[in-house]
Amino acid sequence: MTGTHPNRATGNGRFPAFSLGADAGASFKPQHFDAILADHSAIGFLEVHAENYMGAGGPPHALLARLREIIPISLHGVCMSIGGLQPLDKDHLKRFAALVERYEPAMVSEHLAWSTHDDVFFNDLLPLPYTDETLARVCDHIDEVQNTIARPILLENPSTYVLFEESSWSETDFLKEVVRRTGCGLLLDINNVFVSATNHGYSALDYLDAFPLNQVGEIHLAGHDEQADDEGAPLLIDSHDRPVADPVWTLYGHVIGRCGPVPTLVEWDAEIPDWPILKAEAMAAGEILAHAARRTASKRNGAERANGHLV
Amino acid sequence: MAISSESRSYDRDLAQALSGRGAPKPGRIIGPRGKAAEKRFDVYRNNVAYSIASALLDIYPATARVIAEDNFRRLAALYLERHPPRSPLLFEYGREMGAFLARFEPLSHLPYLSDLARLERAWLDAYHAADADPLDGETLASCKPEDLPGLTLKAHPTMHIVASPYAILDIFNANRGQIAERRRINAANAQTVLVTRPQLTVQLAGISSGQAAFMEQLSAGKPFAEAIGAAQARDPGFDLASAIALMIESGAMLPPAQ
Repeated sequence: MTGTHPNRATGNGRFPAFSLGADAGASFKPQHFDAILADHSAIGFLEVHAENYMGAGGPPHALLARLREIIPISLHGVCMSIGGLQPLDKDHLKRFAALVERYEPAMVSEHLAWSTHDDVFFNDLLPLPYTDETLARVCDHIDEVQNTIARPILLENPSTYVLFEESSWSETDFLKEVVRRTGCGLLLDINNVFVSATNHGYSALDYLDAFPLNQVGEIHLAGHDEQADDEGAPLLIDSHDRPVADPVWTLYGHVIGRCGPVPTLVEWDAEIPDWPILKAEAMAAGEILAHAARRTASKRNGAERANGHLV
Repeated sequence: MAISSESRSYDRDLAQALSGRGAPKPGRIIGPRGKAAEKRFDVYRNNVAYSIASALLDIYPATARVIAEDNFRRLAALYLERHPPRSPLLFEYGREMGAFLARFEPLSHLPYLSDLARLERAWLDAYHAADADPLDGETLASCKPEDLPGLTLKAHPTMHIVASPYAILDIFNANRGQIAERRRINAANAQTVLVTRPQLTVQLAGISSGQAAFMEQLSAGKPFAEAIGAAQARDPGFDLASAIALMIESGAMLPPAQ
């Protein structure tokens, strides 16, 4: 793994400077801590939800500091409310920046969603309409985050269950324009693509064809639940409580085939299994990445040989 | 389109619909290709209610076990209506649960529940509190004897004292983690609990009223001599040596300011 052989310290000198490869990672859950220390060789990185590490001290920071010494960490914000109309919560942004400064994560990401209105927190990734007005607001918020933490973030596409009558942009065009205006990257959640495509009756492949894959810095995979919509048709729920579904693996293979290896996280946030099961799920993504890397390398070798003939 | 709907903000619309029980789905929320969106919007209602009840369940596992999870989730729904989270940090949530339970008529036959909840809240506060080296025995021993009566200390950030007329420590221990063995608890035994976090593990200890008074007075900035006096006044059997040993072993106080 590229991530496990650091040769220098980071900017603030506290942790090793891992160079994150296009490896597979897993959500970090504290109950897996001992198992991960004993066995993390197959895993390229771990991802944590930033909010769980916003307490003053205690075991969460002790565990995260220990992990950060041995493996790259991805910091995934869940509650910045970037998709809300109201200004970002300055205290929350400050806490987020302090975590970035303290742990120097390999990747930093947030969601195209909102969760706070006035001062009430809804603890869900709530949807927003895609309009000129929300586009400008989202870009302002991302600018503010990126200026505060002094690095770009990856913005994640959402799972949605409803639409807004006033939306005038497609989600993919909206994301493209956010990237163009703010310089952020994208976190492509392929389970979210499949969930939203099913729920709204469009083709996940068409969505991916329209998605700016060259801007994707990380991929998420996760499991979903199936319920029924008002008409009794399948309504998929982004539940993160089970293995990745087969059609999502298929879409993942398609994306990796098109854009080459990208760091890929398997998320699992409820009904959490023992570490070997989550690790195996991440390793399955790792297999697909390794296959794509071999193919890229052999293509390159082939091209070099071809060039050699020309010379 | 747009002028009327954009002038009424979508986040305010959804927030209203997600806050009130029975509040209708916002009109601007639609399904694809003319499909209905009632059940679709319910997904968000359910996510909010379920995830916040789950957060309370994580904060108050013993309280939930005493009344059973289903009942606790119903209680959580009522609590959420009254006290929605005001911070995205859910480990800060639920601070009014003790007072809420104390006034909650349907559970008045379990009068210890609100103090049990206060103890669980203190446990989580200790868990997340700032790291700091506590006062150790050597440092205390190095104080000149003549300075000791006037010595003032500050409480360690992890330290809490929760006093109850009920056996909240026994009830806490019997209802968190694996239940080792069932035994009868006399809930009417008053217990005072010292919460600290030595070596990153939250620790609960039953303490005497005198020990509690001693550490409460010190935490309030009172000098040693005054804290001892208060402890003796509350508990004639107060033993200073064991109180100091407890204070050191539990890591309850910070070293004196330099």
